[in-house]
Amino acid sequence: MGTPEIIRRHSLATRCLHWINALCVFLVLMSGLQIFNADPLLYWGQFGASPDHALLAIGAHGFPHWATLPAWQDLSTGRRWHFFFAWLLVFNSALYLLISMISGHVRHDLLPQRTEIAPAHIAHDIWNHLRLRFPKGADAKHYNVLQKLSYLGVIFVLAPIILATGLTMSPGFDAACPWLLTLFGGRQSARTIHFAAAMLVALFILVHLIMVVLAGPWNEVRSMITGRYVVPPGKQS
Amino acid sequence: MTRQMWTRRQMLQRGSAAFGGLLLGGCGRLSQSPSFHRILSSAEQLTYRAQRLIVGQSLAREFTTADLSPVFRSNGTARPRGALYNQLLTDNFEGWRLTVGGLVNRPLALSLAELRALPARTQITRHDCVEGWSAIGQWTGVPLGSVLAQAQLAPEVRFIVLFCADELERGDGGYYESIDLMDAFHPQTLLAYELNGRPLPVANGAPLRLRVERQLGYKQAKYLMRIEAVARLDGIGGGKGGYWEDRGYEWYAGI
Repeated sequence: MGTPEIIRRHSLATRCLHWINALCVFLVLMSGLQIFNADPLLYWGQFGASPDHALLAIGAHGFPHWATLPAWQDLSTGRRWHFFFAWLLVFNSALYLLISMISGHVRHDLLPQRTEIAPAHIAHDIWNHLRLRFPKGADAKHYNVLQKLSYLGVIFVLAPIILATGLTMSPGFDAACPWLLTLFGGRQSARTIHFAAAMLVALFILVHLIMVVLAGPWNEVRSMITGRYVVPPGKQS
Repeated sequence: MTRQMWTRRQMLQRGSAAFGGLLLGGCGRLSQSPSFHRILSSAEQLTYRAQRLIVGQSLAREFTTADLSPVFRSNGTARPRGALYNQLLTDNFEGWRLTVGGLVNRPLALSLAELRALPARTQITRHDCVEGWSAIGQWTGVPLGSVLAQAQLAPEVRFIVLFCADELERGDGGYYESIDLMDAFHPQTLLAYELNGRPLPVANGAPLRLRVERQLGYKQAKYLMRIEAVARLDGIGGGKGGYWEDRGYEWYAGI
């Protein structure tokens, strides 16, 4: 085998945008919980307030303070954080999409190949993940199918849903695009969907971080900072 | 080898805990820093300009009586404490007058009967509280624009300020709000005296409240007493254009 093979795994653009994205997502999630805590009830439909039937109540006071930004009850400051970093997140995501479409990152690295989406292949990958067996050698040079599907799901399903439901909560934007209210079944439904999709993003981040730790944190984190990635030795390609 | 792995893992744990702690502590410090607050608040201008561009004069969605909230929730002041207001309430608002002044050619003092005699508009719209909840109600009132047209605004007017009879906390100087002329002359912006076909209840702002449908609940000033046309907002109250704005909330509450 000799010296380990080192590849340049992530482009400079992907690395920069990843860390700006990480900062923004972290801050909008926590400030979002602050905003949620101002009325920790979820409703379905066009309207919903404390005299009405709630779909779900999260604790008496919502999420614990350590999970919110700022870490004390302060709705106005939470909103300032949320909207500032939501704008930054939108600009950052738009730049990422533009660069990734042009460079072929989406086509080459994220879209699964025909053979990869075969049920047998996916089942095999899930089984390998459950046994904590990660790709080695040539297979480690590209994303595996579960990775590809989860990245695509966050980028092309959850992120657009979060943006659209966020805008549906804006009384100003609703006047411009009333069809959003029809699409999501009302402002309160949109708020509930916004919350649920954000929780799925939080779940994605949790699994993402666990996978980084399990797959070798130094190598993985370094590949997202310097781009250099040591290919785990394995099958010869 | 195992030893080293453990050290690495511990390092990673401690490192990330320290990093997280630093970041969170930092966010707390930043939240309290006035200059950082200004940076965060710059997003409001972006939202305001983007929404003014995209939303323009479009109307807020209007609903049907089938969509009404069974109970229209009231928030903030449920009944003003002041002696003046309570005297007006006892007299069924006979002595109440809405004064319209500031930079106008014809100052006005309108009674409730005079307001009711003006051409009215009825609309069923959604009220969105900054806390997150929504309620749907039917409002009847006079378009603010028609009252302002009667008063004849001076050319330098940029904002309409609405002064209220209630104090949320004793000695806070009273609730007030302000909107720009685009919202003031929007056809759905009303001086509302009826909710769901009945005179406005005290909890919802009797005798008169503002409806500015494309913004959040705290802009919908209740217990209106005085309207003033102004060129600038500094010098009024805390200078930020409203009771909650003086306490850190956005002046443009379209989001």
